[in-house]
Parts: sequence; C-alpha cells; structure tokens
Amino acid sequence: MPLFAQITNMLAALFLLVGFAMLAQRRIVHLINLYALQGGILALSIVTVGYGTHQESLYLSAALNGLLKVIIIPAILYRLVRRLGLVWDRENLLRVPTLLLAGLVLNIFAFNAALPIAHLAGTINHDTFGIALASVLLSLLMMIVRTTALTQVLGFLSLENGIIFAATSVTYGMPMMIELGIALDVIVGVFILGVFFFHIRDEFDSLDLQRFDRHEE
Amino acid sequence: MIAQVGHDPLDLTLAACAIWLVLAAASLALSRRPRALRALFVGGSAGSFLFLTAGLRALFAPASHMTLPFGLPQLAFHLHLDPLAAVFVVLFGFTSVAISLFAAGYLRHEPTAHVARMAGQYHLLLAAIGLVLLADDAYVFLVAWETMAWSSYLLIISDDHMVQARRAGLLYLVTEHMGAIALMLAFGILQSATHAGLAGYAFPVMRATTLTPEMASTVFALGLFGFGAKAGFLPLHAWLPEAHPVAPSPVSALLSGVLLKLGIYGLLLVTLELLHAPLWWWGIVMLVLGLTTALFGAIYSAAQNDMKRLLSYSSIENIGLILAGIGLTVLFEAYHMASLAALALMATLYHTLNHAVFKSLLFLGTGSILHATAERNLGRLGGLIHRMPWVAALLLIGSFAAAGVPPFNGFVSEWLLLQSFLGATSFPQPYLNMAVPLGAAAVVLVAGLAAYVMVKFYGISFLGQPREPALKAAEDAGPHERTGLLLLAAGCLFLGLFPAWTVDLFRPAVAQLIGPAAAQDTLAGNVFSCRLHAATQADYRPLVVLGALALVSATLVFLLRRLAPAPLRRTDAWNGGHEARTARMQDTAEGFGQPIRHVFASFFRMQIERPAAAETTPVYASRIEDPLWYAIYLPIVRSVSRLSEWVALLRRRRIAIYLLYAFATLVILLVLTP
Repeated sequence: MPLFAQITNMLAALFLLVGFAMLAQRRIVHLINLYALQGGILALSIVTVGYGTHQESLYLSAALNGLLKVIIIPAILYRLVRRLGLVWDRENLLRVPTLLLAGLVLNIFAFNAALPIAHLAGTINHDTFGIALASVLLSLLMMIVRTTALTQVLGFLSLENGIIFAATSVTYGMPMMIELGIALDVIVGVFILGVFFFHIRDEFDSLDLQRFDRHEE
Repeated sequence: MIAQVGHDPLDLTLAACAIWLVLAAASLALSRRPRALRALFVGGSAGSFLFLTAGLRALFAPASHMTLPFGLPQLAFHLHLDPLAAVFVVLFGFTSVAISLFAAGYLRHEPTAHVARMAGQYHLLLAAIGLVLLADDAYVFLVAWETMAWSSYLLIISDDHMVQARRAGLLYLVTEHMGAIALMLAFGILQSATHAGLAGYAFPVMRATTLTPEMASTVFALGLFGFGAKAGFLPLHAWLPEAHPVAPSPVSALLSGVLLKLGIYGLLLVTLELLHAPLWWWGIVMLVLGLTTALFGAIYSAAQNDMKRLLSYSSIENIGLILAGIGLTVLFEAYHMASLAALALMATLYHTLNHAVFKSLLFLGTGSILHATAERNLGRLGGLIHRMPWVAALLLIGSFAAAGVPPFNGFVSEWLLLQSFLGATSFPQPYLNMAVPLGAAAVVLVAGLAAYVMVKFYGISFLGQPREPALKAAEDAGPHERTGLLLLAAGCLFLGLFPAWTVDLFRPAVAQLIGPAAAQDTLAGNVFSCRLHAATQADYRPLVVLGALALVSATLVFLLRRLAPAPLRRTDAWNGGHEARTARMQDTAEGFGQPIRHVFASFFRMQIERPAAAETTPVYASRIEDPLWYAIYLPIVRSVSRLSEWVALLRRRRIAIYLLYAFATLVILLVLTP
C-alpha cells in the first residue's frame, strides 16, 4: 500500500475519532475546537488524495475547506459563544456512555451498508467511504440527542464535513461549482443562524430547544 | 386569411373561442361601466351564434382536423370537429346564444363589480367549453376540462357572501377534481397502450389502438367515474342540488343545460369512439345506473319545495335517462345489433339536446321569477301568470316539454327511448331479453313522475293566487330576458314538431359511432311524420297530434260554453273550480308533494315537524335529506379525518423526534440499498 493511501486511512480514522469525541463532549468551547480539528483533518485528507491522484482542483477544495472550517466558522462560533455566554450544553437526551455505545452500533452498520457502494467506486481511497458514512450518521445522532440550538448547529456542520469527506472518498470530490455552492451555503447559514440565536434568546430567554418545543403551537 | 376563415367550420369555432376570450379580457378593462359590461354578454351570444352555425355546417361536412403550431414539446395541440362533437357544438351554441342574451338583461340589477367579475368568468367558461369540444388530444382536452371546472366553480360561488354558496362550490370543485383524476388515469392508460410516446395522447392514435378487455374495462370504469362526476350520475350527484340553487340563474342554466351534457359527450367519446369495441356488461352497468339515477332524480324532485332544487333533481333524472340510453346503445353495439344501436343512440342524442333546451329555459325562467319576487321557495309563490304573462307562457312550453307531453320535444325523445327498449327482444342471452324491456317500465314511471313534478313546479308558482302580498308587485321579464326565453321555447317547439328534421342532425354522428348503414336505415320521415324504420309501421306525426289536440280542445270549449247550465264563473286555475277566499286555502307545494312522500317514504330520509294542536300560528314543515349523503359522503369524510388523526400522532412537536425520523429514514434506506 503506498504511503499516501496509508496516510489517508489514518486521517480517516482520526476523522471518525473526532466524530466520537464530539458526540461525547459537552463543553461548547471544546466542541467548537473539535469541529475545527475535524475541518483540519478533512482539509489534510483532501490534500493527500489530491497529491496521490495528481488532481490540482482538490488543492483548491482543500484550501477552501481549511479556510472556512478551521478559521472562519470557528471564529464566528467563538464570538457567538462569548456574546451569548454559553459554556455548557445542557443534559443530553441520552447519557454519554449509552450514546457512545449507540455510536458504535451505528459504526458497524455504516461499514456494512457502505461496502457495496464502496466497491462500485473506482477511487484509491474507497475504503474510507464507510468511515465517512459513519461520521454522517454520528453527526445526525448528535443533532438528535443535543438540546441546545448551538450544539445542533455544530452537529449539522459536522454532518456537512462528513458529506464532503464521503464525496472525496467515492468520487474525488464534487464538481467545483457544487463545492463552492455548498461552502457559500454553509457560511451564509452560519451567519443567519447567529442572528437567529440572538432573536431566539431574546424571545425565550434561552437557547434550550426543550423550552421552545412547547411554544410550537 | 379572411377568405379562408369562411371555409372551414373549425376556423369559425376557433374564431368564436377567440371572441369569448377577448370579451373575458375586455371585462377587466370595463369593470366600472355597467352598460358596456352587459353589452359584452350580447357580444358573447354573437360568438355563440358563430359557434352554432359552425356546428351546423360541420354536421354535414367531413370531420376536419387541425394541428396548432404550439403546444408541448413533441406534442402540438390537436383540434378537430367531427360529427359527434358537432352535435354538442350545436347544442352548446344554441343554448348559450339564449343564455347570454338572457344574462345581458338579467344582470342589470346586480352590482357593477359583481357583473364585471361574472362577465370575465362566464366568457372564459364559454371558451373552455368550446375547447373541450374541439380538443383532439387528451392534453388539450384535460386543460380545457379543468379550466371549465374552475371557471364554473367561480361562477357558482359568485354570491360568495353566502355560506351555502361557498360550501356548494367546494363540494362541486372536489367532485370535479376527483373526476379529473380518474380521467387523467383513463387517458394515461389509453396513451400507454398506443406505445407511441407523447404522440399517443392524440385521440386518432388512441382510436387506432385496441386494448385488452381488462384494460378497456378499466378505462371504461375510470371514464364512467370521471365523466359521471361532471354529469351527475348516482352517487356523484350530490353537488347538483347544492350548486344549482346558489348559482345565478344563467349560470345554473349553463351548468344544467351544457356542462352536464359535456359529461355525456365525454362518455360517448370514451366508450364508443376511443374504445370502439364495447363489452356487453358495460351496457348493463350504465343501464342500471342510469335508470336508478333517473328514478332517484324523479322521486326527489317531486319532494322539493325550492324551485331550483326541484329543477336540479329533475336534471339528475334526465341525465339518468340519457345514461340509460347510452347503456342500451352499448349493449346493442356489443351484440352487433347495429340498427337498434343506432335507434338508441339517436334517442340518447335527441334527449340530450332536448334536455339542454328545455332545462335551460326552465332555469332561466326561475331566474326571472327570482328577480321579480326574490323568492325561490315554491310555498311563497303563486298567481304569477297575471303578473308575468310572458314568462308564464314561455315557461308553460318548457314545462310541457319537460313533462314529456306531445307535441313538445320531451315526448319525442322519450318515445324513441321507449321504442328502443321495447325493440330489445333478440339478445342471445334470454335473461337480457326478459330484463331489458323491464327498463321501459322504469322509463315510463320516470316520465310520469316528471310530469307530476312539472305540474307541481308550474301550478304552484304561476297558477292560483299569490301566496305572499309582495308578489303583487312582481314585474315581467325585460326585453333581453324575453328574447332568450323565446329562443329556447321556439327550440322546444321546433324539436317537438319536426322530429324527422332533427334526427337528420344526429345521423352523421350516429354514422360515426355506429356505422353509416345503420344510421341511414333508422328513423326515416318527412315534415309530417317520423317513422322508426323504413320497414315498420310505428311512426309519430306531431303536426297531426297538434291538429287533433287543437280540434279536441276547441270542441270542448265550444261544448262547455254551449251546454253549461249556469253562466260561466271565472276563478283562478289550481283551485279546482272553487273560489279560494284566501291564498292559504290553496293547495301548497308541501301538500301537492305529500302523496309522493307517502308512497316513496322508504326512499327518503325525512324529518317532519307537525304543529301542536293548540298552536295559534301552526307551521307544518318537512325536511328531506339525501340518504346517499349519509351512506357514502359522510363515511368518507369520517374516515379521512380519522386517517389524519393517525397521521397527527406522528407529529410529536419535538425537534429531536423530527430529526429522529430523518435519521430513521436514512438508516432504513441504507439497509435497503443492497
């Protein structure tokens, strides 16, 4: 196995590990750190794949991802946390050990579900598709069990990371236009969500979703 | 270009449709000028006249086709005008000339904004109806069909401050949409059987395809449902008695006279033209359904006290007879008894045209009454013959026609229908030979009840003394309204007195659907007589009947005047020769309908309020409701709401739950992937 493929596999494993860490972490500032770390791993892995397959466009994609997910979005989120005075997430709907066990089950499931798809792909790093799928599912799980709006947004952002990772592993990334579009969507989305958070807090005195579940009527 | 327009009837009809569309657009610009708006309706009737002449020319011309230079990609719009469509073009053209003229006068008391809205919707509806008849592919047909549905919906709810109008409109719209879905499926099956891709939507391509019996039966069932929703067959009739009373009278006339007939046109188109090899049991289904509908309509119309409700149930009855006629045609056609099929089809088409003419006349007449008295309840009318002589005289003709009295037009078609029932004795199945002539008995019963209904309608509203003081101020219809009524009444007389000429109008259509030989063979005749068949003796001579009737009545009058022992004493008709001191002594609508309510009590869902013995102002009231509403419609409503409650269980008002649904969907799809 060539070196860069081994590096890709290792990065993929780290990517998944960060996903698990995010699932377990309840301090919001650390969660943002983990998100930035995941973005960095993603960017590195794209660079590696780009180097291994000599596709220059992947470098651009990596740069874009790195800039956005390691610097810009975490910066915005830090600012939000400071201004909203958030430190801790509230209790999860499930306790952390249970959550990690559920994540493990999801992991096994995702690897099995990904096998037929990964075989179809002709890419050098198609084995990592299972990992990508697993981290998508882990992010969804995180969105389900978290109870504040900001952590759900973090879940959503990490879901998007997983999707980009899956795209790189199966087809060497999506067409440039689509990737740019997604990047723009994410950044605009984060801006809008930031504005919304302030409104939500003013309205409900809290970002706790369980409170405004009851106001939905 | 201009010279060319004169040549092809299809061009004329398209010109008429264009006129209507322009008028509909003009109504937007003229929305503040009441006189100009009413003039639009006169213009609309000119368009109808153009349509009528085109239809008459198309009857005797070979079918013409046209492909418009626009449409869907790979499917240009196809139009045609063949003899079958031409029959309905004539029907629609003639009745709408009269209805538009009537509307021009009728709307003079309405608020201008209201008239402006109606003028736009009305002319759009006319154009849509025209396009339905001209359509030669399923796409144009359905687009025009749906345009027709919603523009007529808007007209029905034009009095939208009334909650009944909005409810009736909604019922109509929902029924029509269910029907339209069935039609889409039916055309979809027909198209897929052609294996011609998008080109398979064109009717000529469908016509050239033969379906397997199962497929054809599915198409037939869907078509019966879809067109039945428009025509009002049982149990899809529920919108008729609700929508007709709340719609403005010209709209009711158009609904009952033309829109219901388009359901009939569509049914003929699908069963005899596009499927062209009917199965025998389709005929039985339509026969049974038709006769049931007819009986239902006749019995219920006898029990109504609202004059427009009464007429709308009577429309259900006539539609039932027409459906029975189609059933009989299909039955004969399936057993290759062409000359009887031709006779039944002629009777069907004849009755369709007759009903369009006399029912439009009656509905327009109720509009005049409504304007003069602001009253729809028969129990508060009476004695209008003195206040509204024109309307009374013209509606008498319409009532005779609807009652099937010779020498008016209703009689001719019922006679023809009876003859075709009685001719059905040589089926290869003995059961049919015994059962089908029994249908004749049902037709006779329906005709008798229809006559009873018309006596009730005319007698209570026009004869006797006014039941309310306000009626003494009633005024006769204005010139425009009179012209419209006069045209339709003249139509009733013409169709009744000259059946041999009338059947010539249907001959090309019968030749198209059944076969030229059979069409030529059936119903010979000249001005004086109309023979069933070149070889038989049975014939009908309306002018002779008219002469005999005139002679008998003249003799009776003469004898009565000469032989009467005492000097003549004039009282109002309807009072049995007695002088009624007060209007309350006269027979009422309730009273007149009582025998029917008694005899057919088991058919009704009835609530009767009887006054207590000591009451000083006794009120007797009976409320008749439709049992099918309780048996079919309400259970459907209940099951839909139960289903939505189940669906509501899924909505737990928690974001986490919704996310869980998305998650579960993803996982399930992933499980299913390999």
